[in-house]
Amino acid sequence: MAIYSEQEARKIMEKAIAYSSADSCEVNLNGSESGNIRYARNTVSTAGHRSNQNLAVQCSFGKRAGTATIDEFDDASLEKVVKRAEELAKLSPENPEFMEPLGPQTYDESKTYNESTANITPDFRAKVAIESITPAAAKDVTAAGFLDDSNSFSAMMNSNGLFAYNRSTNANFTVTMRTNDGTGSGWASRDVTDVNKLEAAAASKRAIDKAVLSREAKAIEPGKYTVILEPAAAEQLLGNMLFSFNARSADEGRSFMSKEGGGTKLGEKIVDERVNIWTDPLNDEVPSSPWNGGGEPLKKMSIIENGVAKNMFYSRYWAKEKGVDPVPFPSNGIMDGGSATLEEMIKDTKKGILVTRLWYIRAVDPQTLLYTGLTRDGTFFIENGKIKHPIKNFRFNESPIIMLNNLETLGQQERVNGNLIPYMKIRDFTFTSLSDAV
Amino acid sequence: MKRRDFVQLAGLGAGALMLPTTLMGRSISAEALLTPGMDVAQKKLMADVALNTAKSLGATYADARIGRYLNQYVFTREDKVQNVVNTESFGIGIRVIANGTWGFASTNDVSPEGIKVATNQAIAIAKANSKIQTDPVQLAPVKGVGEVSWKTPIKKNFKDVPVSEKVELLLSANAAAMENGANYVNSGLFMVNEQKYFASTDGSYIDQDVHRIWPTFSVTAIGGGKFKSRQALSAPMGLGYEYMDGAASEKIAGPAGFNMYRNSYDMVEDATVAAKQAKEMLDAKSVDAGKYDLVLEPNHLGLTIHESVGHPLELDRVLGYEANYAGTSFATLDKWKSKDFHYGSDIVNLVADKTQVGSLGAVGYDDEGVKCKEWDLVRNGILVNYQAIRDQVHMIDQKESHGCCYSQSWNDVQFQRMPNVSLESGKEKYSVDDMIKDVEKGIYIAGRGSYSIDQQRYNFQFGGTAFYEIKNGKIEGMLNDVAYQSNTQEFWNSCSKICDESDYRMFGSFFDGKGQPSQVSAVSHGSSTTRFDGVNVINTGRSI
Repeated sequence: MAIYSEQEARKIMEKAIAYSSADSCEVNLNGSESGNIRYARNTVSTAGHRSNQNLAVQCSFGKRAGTATIDEFDDASLEKVVKRAEELAKLSPENPEFMEPLGPQTYDESKTYNESTANITPDFRAKVAIESITPAAAKDVTAAGFLDDSNSFSAMMNSNGLFAYNRSTNANFTVTMRTNDGTGSGWASRDVTDVNKLEAAAASKRAIDKAVLSREAKAIEPGKYTVILEPAAAEQLLGNMLFSFNARSADEGRSFMSKEGGGTKLGEKIVDERVNIWTDPLNDEVPSSPWNGGGEPLKKMSIIENGVAKNMFYSRYWAKEKGVDPVPFPSNGIMDGGSATLEEMIKDTKKGILVTRLWYIRAVDPQTLLYTGLTRDGTFFIENGKIKHPIKNFRFNESPIIMLNNLETLGQQERVNGNLIPYMKIRDFTFTSLSDAV
Repeated sequence: MKRRDFVQLAGLGAGALMLPTTLMGRSISAEALLTPGMDVAQKKLMADVALNTAKSLGATYADARIGRYLNQYVFTREDKVQNVVNTESFGIGIRVIANGTWGFASTNDVSPEGIKVATNQAIAIAKANSKIQTDPVQLAPVKGVGEVSWKTPIKKNFKDVPVSEKVELLLSANAAAMENGANYVNSGLFMVNEQKYFASTDGSYIDQDVHRIWPTFSVTAIGGGKFKSRQALSAPMGLGYEYMDGAASEKIAGPAGFNMYRNSYDMVEDATVAAKQAKEMLDAKSVDAGKYDLVLEPNHLGLTIHESVGHPLELDRVLGYEANYAGTSFATLDKWKSKDFHYGSDIVNLVADKTQVGSLGAVGYDDEGVKCKEWDLVRNGILVNYQAIRDQVHMIDQKESHGCCYSQSWNDVQFQRMPNVSLESGKEKYSVDDMIKDVEKGIYIAGRGSYSIDQQRYNFQFGGTAFYEIKNGKIEGMLNDVAYQSNTQEFWNSCSKICDESDYRMFGSFFDGKGQPSQVSAVSHGSSTTRFDGVNVINTGRSI
C-alpha cells in the first residue's frame, strides 16, 4: 500500500533532512493507489490498478540546487538520495532565479479525502460499467466509458521548518453513447471527491438520451450564433484563459494581458461585469489541496471580479522582482452562476445552438487568446424557446475574452474537472466550418 | 507527464509558469543515469515470478514489462539555465488474461513479494470484469523468440555528454536569437532512454534499449503592440546526441532562404534565422482569406499526416474502442473492404513503419513481443490497411499483429499506438524550387503551429510557424494570421505533386495522446515537400 499516514510521512522526511548538510534541504513525498475500468462496444476492454510512491529531495548550496528521487525509504536509501542531491547541486550552474525554501506555514484543513472513494473495489467498477452498458443496449445504443478512481497522499518538509500533509480521493467517470446506426452520439461526465455522489447511472442515461436525440442531424450554415454552452463545453476555454493569467508573461509583453507600450490589464475591466471567477480550496463542491508543491498556502482568492482582472499569478521569484506578494496558481476555479435552469435558458432563446461539449481545443493566436476546436456529442438547434432538431457539428474559432464580453445569461453551476462552471448563454459565437463527424 | 505540464515546464507556451520539479516525476543525479539498472538475468527471474504466479492463478496468458526510464531535461531562457532535471522511473507492469478478460496491475516494488501482490490484483480485476465480458479476448498467435535484445543504433549516448556542454549549446542558441532581434527565447533539450524488458507466457524474453532526443526553442519578438513567435525547425528523433552536431551534409536549403534539417540539427543557425523571422512577422501582411495552392514542407506536413492519416487508420478507433476519448474514425471497415476508397489522389502512398532508422517509433519488438515491420496503409491513393495489434487483427480477418503495441511506462497498460506513418516521395526528380515555380497563387508553410481535428477525423484546421506568400512562381514576403481548413479525403485528393526523395525528412512528436488513463507516445512522420491545390485558408486575426 503506497499510502502513508501523516506520522509515517513525517518520520521518513525528518530522517532524510537529518542526513543533509546543504544550506537548505526540501523533501516531497507522494504516493497513490488508483484503479480504473474501461469499456467500449458494450463490453469491458481494459482495466488496471496502479500503485506508486516516491520521495524527491532538493538540496541547495547558495543558488545551486540539485534534485534526486528514490522509492525505497530504508536508512541507507534515504542517506544515498540526500547525498546524491547534494552532489548534483554542487555540479549545477547557479540559477539566478533560485528561491530559498519557505519557512513554516499555516494551512487550512483540507476537505479532499473521502473514505468510500478510497475503498472502491474492482467489483464496484464492474458494476458501474454494467449499469451503463445494460440501458444502452436496451435503446440500440453502444456504450464506451471510463471510470478512474484514486486514493493518494502528498507531504513535504524542509530544513526551514515547513511541514505539509494532505490526503485526497477522486473518482472520474465519462461516458460516450453512440446510436447503432452511427448517426447519433451523446456524452456525459461526473467527477467527485465522494464516490457516493457519483451518480454514474444518471450520467449514462443523460448520454443515451442525447445520443438518441442527436440522430440524423441537419447541416446549417456556419456563422455567428447565440449559443448555450453546457458547463463541460466552457470549462476548457475558461481554464485556458486562467492559465494565461501569468504575471510574468504579461509584464514581458507576451500575453493577452499585456498592454501596448508596456504595463498590464490588471485592474481593468476585461469581460462583462457579471463575470466573477475565483478559487477556493475549501469549497464543499470542489475541494482542492490547501497548499501547492512548493508549500505555498492556497486560499480563497478572486481572479475576475465584476468583469475586472483582480489577480494575476506571481511565482515567488517574479513577485520578489516586482515587489509584490506571490500569488500561487490556483488549485480550482469557480465561476459565479445564475438561477436559470437549462430548460429555462432554452425557453428564453429565440434562435440559438445548444452545445454539449467542445473538443480538440488548441490555441491559434496567444495575443488574442483565439482558440479553435469543434462541437461534439450533441449539438442542437433552438428556435422560439424549443430544441427544434440536432445539427451537424461545427468548428469554432473564438476567444474566451470575446465570449465573456458577449455574455447574455448565466445559468446554474455544475462540477467539471474539479471546477464549478455555470451554463452560459453567449451571443455571436463564431463557427467557421461544418464537420461531418458524429 | 502530460503535454500541458510539459509545455509549462519547458516555458514554451506564452503563459509559461515555473512549476515545482515534483511534477516532472522522479529525479536523479546526472551520474546516476550512468549506473546500470537491474541486470538481465535478474529481470528474467522477476518476470518469471509474475508469469508463474499468473498461471498458477488461472491466467491463460500473461506478460510482464520491467521498465527503467531515464530522462534528462535541460531548460534555459535567454542567458539563464532554468532547470536541469534527471529523472528515473523503475517498476513492473503485469498484464493477464483470465476468464477471457484482460487485467493489469503495476508496482514500483520489483521484489518477488511486490510482484505477487500486483499479479494478484491483475487477476482479481480480470475475474471481476469477466462477469460482464461479452466478447472474450482473442489473441493472434506469436511464436516465442527466447532471449533476444535490441538497441537504437545511436552514435553518441546523451548520458556520456556533460551537462555543461548541453547548457552551453542551448545558451549559444539563445544568444544567437537575442543578437538577431529576439526579445525572448526559451529553449530546451529533452533526452529519453527507455530500458524495457518484456517477457510473456509465449516464451519471449526481450531486452530493449531505446533512445530519443529533442532540442527545441521558441523565439519571441515584440513590437508595435504585437508579439510573434517562431518555433524551432528541429524534429524529435530516435537518435543519440549526434543529432546535435549540425552536420552540413544533413542541411537542406529551403526555398525561402533558410535551411531545413534532416538527421542532424544546427540549433544556433536555426535560432539566428528564427529571430529574424519573428521580427519580420511583426510587420508582415495579414493573409487574405480564400483558396490557395499550399506548398507544405515536411516539418509542417508531418503533423497533418499524423492527424489526418495516422489517427483515422488506428483500428481500435475504427472499431469504437476509443469512442469515449480520442473518438472514432471516418475510415470505416466498409470503405476498406470496398478496395476502392480513394483516400487520396493516385500519387499518395502512405506507409506504416516501426523500423525506420532515426525515427521515434523504431524498436525491434513491440510491447507485446511482436517483431516490428513496415506495411502499406494507402497505396496509389486507395485505403488498403489499418494499424492493429494482437487482440484486434482477427476483426479484419488478418492472422498476424502489425507490431504496434506500446505503453508509455511500466505503470500503464500497453495498447495499440500509432507507428511511424510516412508519405512516400515522388518517383520523378522534382525539387522544391521546381514546385514553387509551378504555383501561381499559393502559400509556403514551414514548421509546426496550431492543429485541431474532429473526433472522426474529417474536418481539420492547421497553422504553421512560418508562412510565405507565393505569387506567380516566386516566394514573396512573410504572411500572418494563416490557417487552413479542409476535409481529410478532399485534402489528400487535392495532392498534386510530391518532391523527390532528396527532400525527404522526418517530423516527430513526443506527445501523441490517446487512451484512458491518457498515455503519450513518440512517433515520426516522413515526407518530402508536397503540394495541395485549392485549399481553403482563413484569416485568424482578431482584436480584443
